[in-house]
Amino acid sequence: MSTYLIRNASVLGGDPVDLLLRDGVVAEVGSGLDAEGAEVVDATGLVALPGLVDLHTHLREPGREDAETVESGTRAAAMGGFTAVHAMANTEPVADTAGVVEQVWRLGREAGFCDVYPVGAVTVGLQGERLAELGAMADSAARVRVFSDDGKCVSDAVLMRRALEYVKAFDGVVAQHAQEPRLTEGAQMNEGELSGKLGLTGWPAVAEEAVIARDCLLAEHVGSRLHVCHVSTAGSVQIVREAKARGVDVTAEACPHHLILTDELAATYDPIYKVNPPLRTRADVEALRAGLADGTIDIVATDHAPHPHEDKDCEWAAAAFGMLGLETALSIVQETMVDAGLLDWAGVAERMSYAPARIGRVADHGQPLEPGSPANVVLYDPSVRRPVDPAGSASLSRNTPYRGMELPGRVVATFLRGRPTVLDGALV
Amino acid sequence: MCAQPAPEATPGRVVLDARDIARALTRISHEILERNKGAGDLVLLGIPSRGVPLAERIAERITSVEGYDVPTGSLDVTMYRDDLRLKPARALLHTEIPESGIDGRTVVLVDDVLFSGRTIRAALDALNDIGRPRAVRLAVLVDRGHRELPIRADFVGKNLPTSLVERVRVTLAGVDEVDAVTIHGEGDTSEPTGEAS
Amino acid sequence: MKRHLLSAADLSRDDAELVLSTAAELRSLADRPIKKLPALRGRTVVNLFFEDSTRTRISFEAAAKRLSADVINFSAKGSSLSKGESLKDTALTLEAMGADAVVVRHGASGAPHRLAHSGWVRSSVVNAGDGTHEHPTQALLDAFTMTRHLGSLDGRRVAIVGDVLHSRVARSNALLLATLGAEVTLVAPPTLLPVGVDSWPVETSYDLDAVIPKADVVMMLRVQRERMNGGFFPTPREYSRRYGLDGRRMATLQDHTIVMHPGPMVRGMEISADVADSDRSVIVEQVTNGVAVRMAVLYLLLGGAQPVGGDE
Repeated sequence: MSTYLIRNASVLGGDPVDLLLRDGVVAEVGSGLDAEGAEVVDATGLVALPGLVDLHTHLREPGREDAETVESGTRAAAMGGFTAVHAMANTEPVADTAGVVEQVWRLGREAGFCDVYPVGAVTVGLQGERLAELGAMADSAARVRVFSDDGKCVSDAVLMRRALEYVKAFDGVVAQHAQEPRLTEGAQMNEGELSGKLGLTGWPAVAEEAVIARDCLLAEHVGSRLHVCHVSTAGSVQIVREAKARGVDVTAEACPHHLILTDELAATYDPIYKVNPPLRTRADVEALRAGLADGTIDIVATDHAPHPHEDKDCEWAAAAFGMLGLETALSIVQETMVDAGLLDWAGVAERMSYAPARIGRVADHGQPLEPGSPANVVLYDPSVRRPVDPAGSASLSRNTPYRGMELPGRVVATFLRGRPTVLDGALV
Repeated sequence: MCAQPAPEATPGRVVLDARDIARALTRISHEILERNKGAGDLVLLGIPSRGVPLAERIAERITSVEGYDVPTGSLDVTMYRDDLRLKPARALLHTEIPESGIDGRTVVLVDDVLFSGRTIRAALDALNDIGRPRAVRLAVLVDRGHRELPIRADFVGKNLPTSLVERVRVTLAGVDEVDAVTIHGEGDTSEPTGEAS
Repeated sequence: MKRHLLSAADLSRDDAELVLSTAAELRSLADRPIKKLPALRGRTVVNLFFEDSTRTRISFEAAAKRLSADVINFSAKGSSLSKGESLKDTALTLEAMGADAVVVRHGASGAPHRLAHSGWVRSSVVNAGDGTHEHPTQALLDAFTMTRHLGSLDGRRVAIVGDVLHSRVARSNALLLATLGAEVTLVAPPTLLPVGVDSWPVETSYDLDAVIPKADVVMMLRVQRERMNGGFFPTPREYSRRYGLDGRRMATLQDHTIVMHPGPMVRGMEISADVADSDRSVIVEQVTNGVAVRMAVLYLLLGGAQPVGGDE
C-alpha cells in the first residue's frame, strides 16, 4: 500500500499542516514532514476534512440498475468527498432480509470507492404491516444498525413503537421518513399558496410535523433512539429542538436541496424539482439553516435519489420523486452554511462526518484527522466556483436540480483508508 | 401582438382639404347614381376603418338626392389579406352587412386610398363568402397609382400621382380631428395611419 | 399575447379584451351562409386529448375548421399516466406532423406548460384544461358570455360557487375576471377552497345566501361524483341544501342576473332543473360562444407571422 504525504492542508480550515497517510491510517500530522517514499499531494489552499459519511443514499441496486448501481453510486459518492454511504432499503427486492443487505454490502466492498453500509427495512417489503427480521440484519455481515422504511413512513404508531423498542437490543436506530400518509394522498408539492395556484395536490407541513412529534413522544416513552430523515419544515425543526431540550434521544438530518431550493421552482412544472418531502418555502429554508447551525439538526444527508431520464422527462404528476445529491452536497453546504457564516469547517466535519458516523454506529469513519485515525480524508478547494454540469456526473442518472447553477468548491481528492479514490478532481 | 402604428406625428403636405373632400364625395355620389340609374338596388360597403365613414357620407348624399336610405355597412378584409402571414396577427375590424344582404344587388365598395389593389382583392374574396351581388363597383377618395393587380376604381375622388417612397394619409372628422388628405414625403419613416395599401 | 395560452394569467387586460372583441366579430359569422374564413388556411391544429371531453374537443375542432385550418384529432386517453406512450413521445409525433398549434387536454396539472416549455414541440400550445389547474378558453368564453349580457365587467359582481378546490374553470375564471375588473366571490364549503386562496384576487364566502342577491353573475361549478365520497362534505343532500342553486335561491337574484354553468351539469345537485332551464340560464349560449372565442384565440395565436426564434 502506497504512502501519501499531503502537504499544507488546512485541516478543518486551520493553519496548514502536513498529513502522512500510511497503512490506511493517518500516521503523522505536523509541519515539514519527511516525504521520502511517499507520493506528495500538494494541498496548499485546500481544506482537509475527515471523509464524509452519508446516512441517506439511494444506490438503487438491486432492482433499478438503470438508475444507479452500487458501483456508480459509490463513484459519485467519492467524487463528492464521501468515504461511507448508507444505502437505503427501498430497492427491488427490498433490503428487508439478511440476504439482501449482505448482497449490497458485498457489492460495496467490491466497488471500492467508498464503504457501503446497508440500511435495513423496518417492515417487511416496506409495507408497514409487520417488522422485518431486524436482528438478522444486525447480525449479518453487513452489521446493519440503521433501519428505515424511507420512501414510506412507518405510520402505524404501534409498529413504530415496537421498532423503536426492538432495535435497542443491538443499539440500532430507526430512521423515520415522516409523512402522514392520509394527509399526503396524491401529494405533489408543498401545500401553500403556490400549490393552490398550480393545481398540484399539496403536501402539507403538518403531515411531516405530526409524525415527528408523535415519534419524539414515542421515543421518549420507550427510551429509544430516533433519527428523523430529511427534515424539511420550520415546524419540524422546532419540534426536534423542543424534544432535544426535554432530553429525547433524537437526531435529525437535513438534505442539501432543502437548504437551498424553494417550492417556487415547482411553477416551472419541471419535475427535476419534484422531491419527497417537497421543496418548501424560503422561511423553511432559513429555519433549516438555523437548525443546522445550532445543532438541532445533527447532520446533512443527501437523500441522493437517482432516476433515469424518462422518469423525469414527463409531466409533473407522472414523474418520480427525488434528485441527485452526492456530488453537490459539500458545495451546497459551503454556499448555504459556511459562506453564510453559519458554520465553520469544524462544524461541517461534525455535520457531515462525525455525527452521521455516530448515528450509524460506524466505527471506521467520522474520526478526527489525528495520528492513528483511519486515513479517510477529503481535500476540498473552497475558492473556486463552477457551474453544475449533469453530463459530468459519475452517477448513472442526470436528475440534478442544480443544472447550470454556479456552486462554490470542488473536491480535489478523496482518500479511503489511505488509498485515493479521487485525485486532481477525477476518479482514480 | 396587435400594436397599432403610432399616430402620425409630422404634418405633411395637404393635397385635399375639407372642402375638396366634400366636393369629391358629392361628385362620386352623383356618378354612382348616374351609372347605376338610381339607388334602387345599391348597397354601400365601406372598408374599415376610413372607408366606413366615407361610405356613410356618400349614403347621406345619395339619400338627400333620392329621398330614401341606401343600405350601408362595413366589410373587414383582414382575414382575406394576402399579407396576413407577414405581420403579427391583426385585430379584426367590424363587419356589418345590411339586413337586406347583398344577393342580387349592386355593391359599391368604398375605401380611402387605392394603391396596390390588394385590399380590394381581399374585399372581393370576402364578398364572395357573404353572397352573390349582381355587380361590384369600387369608389375611392384617392387613387395614388402603383397597382400590383388588375384592379381599377369606378369612382375616384382624386387621382394623385405619387412616388413609392411617399405616403398618403387620409384623415376624416369623426375618426380624426379634421378632414384632409396629406402626402408625407421622403425621409418620413413613420407609419401613417389610415393608409390603404 | 404570448405564443402559448397556458393560463388565464398569461393574458393582460389588453390581450383579454382583444380576444373578446375578436370573438364578437367572429360570433356574427354564425349567421352567415358560409361560415368559413380563410385566415388559417394551410395551418395545422392538433387536438391532443388525454382526457375525454367531447364538448371541448368539438368546440376547438369547429373553431379551427371555420378558420380553414387542417385539424387532426389525437385522442390519447390514458396513454400517459398508465405507462403507455409518454406525453413526450406523443409531442414528438405531433412535431413530426408539422402541427402549428397543439390544443391539449390533460389530466395532469401543468402538462400543457411542460409541452410548451420542454423543447419537445415548436408549435403554439393552447391549454384546453389541465388537471386541477386551468382552463383558460373556458374562462374566456364565460367572460364573453357575461359581456354580451352585461356589457363591461368593470365592477360587476360574479359569484363562483362550488368545488373551487378541484376546478380548473374556477381558477381561470378568478384570474381572468379579476383582470377584466370584475369582483369575484368564491363560494364553497371551507373544505373545497384551496389553501392560499386568500392570496387570489377574489373574495371568499361560505354563505351562498349572503352572496347571490348582490351578484350580477352566478356561476355554478360541477361537483364531481368522486368528490361526493371524498369526505369533503357529509352528504350530497347537505351540500345541495347549502350550496345548490334552486328555485328558492333564484328568486333572490336581481332581475338582470344571469346563471352560468361550465357543464356538464349534475341536475339536482349543484343546480336544480328549473334553474338550469330558466330564462336566466345562459348555459346553452355558453356553448355557442365557445366556438367564437376559440376561433379568436386560434386566429390571434396563428393568424399572423410565425413567431420567429425562441419563446414569447
